[in-house]
Order: sequence, then C-alpha cells, then structure tokens
Amino acid sequence: MTFDASGRLPEAFLTPGGSSFMDFLAGHAPDLLPGRRSLGTGDLSKDVPHGTTIVAATFEGGVVMAGDRRATMGNIIAQRDIEKVFPADEYSCVGIAGSAGLAVEMVRLFQVELEHYEKLEGTTLSLDGKSNRLSALIRGNLALAMQGLAVVPLFAGYDQDLKGGRIFSYDPTGGRYEETSFHSVGSGSLFARGALKKLYREGMSATDCVTATIQALYDAADDDSATGGPDMARRIFPVIGVVTSDGYQRMPEEEVGAIVDSIVAARLQRPDGPAAPLT
Amino acid sequence: MSVPFYVSPEQLMRDRADFARKGIAKGRSAIALQYADGILFVAENRSPALHKVAEIYDRMAFAAVGRYNEFENLRIAGVRLADMRGYSYDRRDVTGRALANAYAQTLGAIFSSGGEKPLEVEILVAEIGSTAAEDQIYRLTYDGSIADVRGYAVMGGPAEQVADYVGEHYSEGISLAGALRLAVDALGHDGTETRQLEPDQIEVAVLDRTRTQVRKFKRISEETLARILSESRPDTSPSEPTTHAETAETVNGGTYESDSSSAGDAAVAPPEDDAPIAPPEDPDTDRPL
Repeated sequence: MTFDASGRLPEAFLTPGGSSFMDFLAGHAPDLLPGRRSLGTGDLSKDVPHGTTIVAATFEGGVVMAGDRRATMGNIIAQRDIEKVFPADEYSCVGIAGSAGLAVEMVRLFQVELEHYEKLEGTTLSLDGKSNRLSALIRGNLALAMQGLAVVPLFAGYDQDLKGGRIFSYDPTGGRYEETSFHSVGSGSLFARGALKKLYREGMSATDCVTATIQALYDAADDDSATGGPDMARRIFPVIGVVTSDGYQRMPEEEVGAIVDSIVAARLQRPDGPAAPLT
Repeated sequence: MSVPFYVSPEQLMRDRADFARKGIAKGRSAIALQYADGILFVAENRSPALHKVAEIYDRMAFAAVGRYNEFENLRIAGVRLADMRGYSYDRRDVTGRALANAYAQTLGAIFSSGGEKPLEVEILVAEIGSTAAEDQIYRLTYDGSIADVRGYAVMGGPAEQVADYVGEHYSEGISLAGALRLAVDALGHDGTETRQLEPDQIEVAVLDRTRTQVRKFKRISEETLARILSESRPDTSPSEPTTHAETAETVNGGTYESDSSSAGDAAVAPPEDDAPIAPPEDPDTDRPL
C-alpha cells in the first residue's frame, strides 16, 4: 500500500473492520507483515545475526526481564551492544531470541498492534489477550522458522487483574505456555535456567530479582559462546526491564552497572558464583 | 419521460452546505485551547463512553462534533493512517499536516460528489511541538476546507457565541487550570442564559508536552476535573474579586494564573454564575453529539 500525497483516505481505511493492526495489514498491505516472504530453500541460520539469551523472573509485585547484548552470525559476533528487551506497552515487555532482524520487526509490529487496539477500543487488552496476539504473530513466521529463522520471544507483564507479574514462553509454531516464577529462552537458556533454579527465592525484592537474573546471564555467558557476558572494558551491561503496577521501566545504566560490578567482584573470589546450600 | 428540474450548481452546493451546517449546529460545542504546556480539549458530552476527543498518535489528537458514526469512522481511519505511517517509516514521520490533508481531501470529495450525503461533521487535528510556537491546530469543516488555527478553536453548536467568549478572555501562555476554567465557562455561555457545566457533562483531554512518555495524550478523569474546577470556581462574591487571584495552587505542575488574566477571569465572572441553572432537558434524543 502506498501513501498518496494528494489523495483522500484510501477506501480500506474507512471500511469498518476489527481492532487488530495485524489483520488490517494482512488485508490491505500484506507485504508489510513479517513472515510473508518466501526465501527459497536451505538453512539460513548461519547467515544472519541471531540474538541469544533472555531471562525473566517474577518478584513480589512485578516481573524482571534481562537480556544479554550479543548477536552472533555463525562464529562471528555480529553486534556486541544489541538490545533484545523491549517494552511492548505500558505494562508488559518482550524479549527476543532467534533471528534478530525478524525479531526486531516483530516486536515493532507487536508494539503497534497493542497500541492500535488501545486507541481504537479505548481500553487495553488483558495480559492473556496480549500474549495471544504475540502467539498469532509467531505462528505467521512458521515457514521462515523451518528455514532456521525462528523467532522465540519471552513475554512478561504485570497483570492488573491478578496484581502480579506473569511470564509466557513460546515455541516457533506459536505455542504459548505460561511459566511460573522464572524462565529463559535462547542459546544460553539452559545454563541460565539452571542458575536461576538455585538462585530464585519466593518473595524476593526487585533488586534481588535483578541480581539473580544478571547472575544467570553471567552463568549463561560462562558456558555458551553465543551469550555475551558483561563487557567491563566498554561498560556494556545487560538490558534490564522491570514491570510493576507503575508500568514498564528500563533500569538505568548506572544501577545495572553497580549490580554488575558487585557480581563481578564476587566472581573474582569465587568464579562459579554464589554457592547454594545443599539441603 | 419527465424532464428533471434544473438546479444550478450554486444552489446545489448551498443546499448541501446548509444541510451539513444545520446538522452540526444541533449538537454541543467542543473547544481546543493552547495552554503553556500543550493543547487542552474540552467538549460538552454527557456520554462517558462515546468520545468526541481521542488520541491519534504520539503528539496528535482528534476532536470532532456532529454525527458520531461519521466522525468515529474518520477517527478510526486517522488512527490506521498514523499507525501505518509510523510502522512503515518512523514515529517521527507521522505528522498532523499529512493527516489533516487526508481528511480535507476525503471530506471535500464526499461533499462535492453528487452520490453521497455530505458528512455532518467538523473536526480538529491538533499536534503539539516541542514549544508552544510549534503547536499546530487544523480545523476542518464538512466541505473539506481547512484552516490553520492559532490559540484556540471552537466548533459545533453555537460555535460563534462560544468562540467570542473564549476570544475575550484568552491569553497566550495560560495555565492548564486557567484554560480549563475558561473553556468550561465558555461552553456555558452558549445561549441567552449562562449555564454552569458539571464535571460529568464534559469530556476533557490534553496533549501534554511535559509527559515523559512518548504518547503525550491524556484524558483527565472526572475526579481530577472536579477537583481542578472546584479550586478555580469563579468567586461567588463579586465584591472580593481578589480572592480568586490568591488561590494559586499547583495542579499537574502548573499554577493557576495569578496575574492579570486570572484577575480578569474573576472580574468578568457574570452574576448569573451565582445561581447555576440546570441545563435544559434535551428534547431531541437523536441529535448529534
């Protein structure tokens, strides 16, 4: 669909329809949708940048999401300061692992989708409604996922009805699964989840929760070459998003830096990180 | 075969314009006012759900009077256009000028085409800039004519009468509370008798430059509105016009006008305001909003 500089609003804009921006695009400008492209055959996973590890954990009154800053292309580090955690709307955030280009495009579309609904309907979607829209978006990308360009998001938000943080994970077919307490996605996710399993406590404060997620990312970077650890020389630290009843907030760089500094100092004494009690 | 009557093009256009104007004049007025930190929208609207003022994009809002179904359709088209542009290009590339132009073309084409009934709507597209000088308010009428307005705009109902009242009391750089008071008073001066509008009869929203979020549009709730209005209610004893100026209080970071303009507000508060009368019952149930 092109914009006519002189013209009246295209008929499609004035036609009554649903409140979904994705559905509107599918009907009137399908070329703008990610996942509608055919790429021939073959595995493309080594030829484009991939984002790596995202972790999320709930705490008393909200949820924290943290993402490392590395994008890899085969054995090359494609970018060392990529951002993979984004606010989806005022009360939710989305982190992405997988094909970086497609993922960033999907996040942009997802953000517009939520805002579009809000403006047309005059009310926000429920957290479950938002997570289902993301599911539909991922499902549309299935053909590309089969060629190695999968996008695997992690969605987290503050549920204003249940008064607490919630986490949803997805598979490349659009399957949506609610996670309890914590979850991680991406290449380093196994190591990160193992670390969180030992570090996570019920009723943690927000700061403790942020510390636990950064520890988990540190452990992921320790064992997974595609996950970037904190870059002390360049002061590049994980992106931390915190969602509470006050909305989404990205933790300021200095605060993240202070937590990272204390973690790194402790790791100099004990490189494997804090020891959990045996029983 | 009967020969159709000849109707001159002038007559045809005049008839269509009269038709649209009458429809719009039946409703209640809506006002947009530039204040120090943005643009304020105030519309008389008894429905809490059917809005006359709405968000279009980050720095843009839409206000309309006339037939609800017609302007609602235009609003949705505007949101689609803005979101589509923002998604295709960038958020900064969504401009009020482009949207106002699209609306003007659409309204104009419908007005001059013989087949369609002219839309009985009047709309405002407002966009805030980083300073008050960069704010833009476009006013569009049923026939697609477009005007770039400075300061304030009034449309719908007895618009001229309301606009005269606003014009008399408006000053550049007015505070939010001052602008709100002025707009509510102006809406009450729409007939031979002065009405005192209650918070549940008006819809208020702002495009607020000072908001930290990207989206600058915000509705002002009935409670907040009632609080602001009760704090700035025109002084009921005309013998002490200074009390109004003394009640300078902070609302949303701004202060009431405590200088000449607020003294002006108090001085002009007409004695009729002492005994607010209930708005007359609306006999025409399907009148436009």
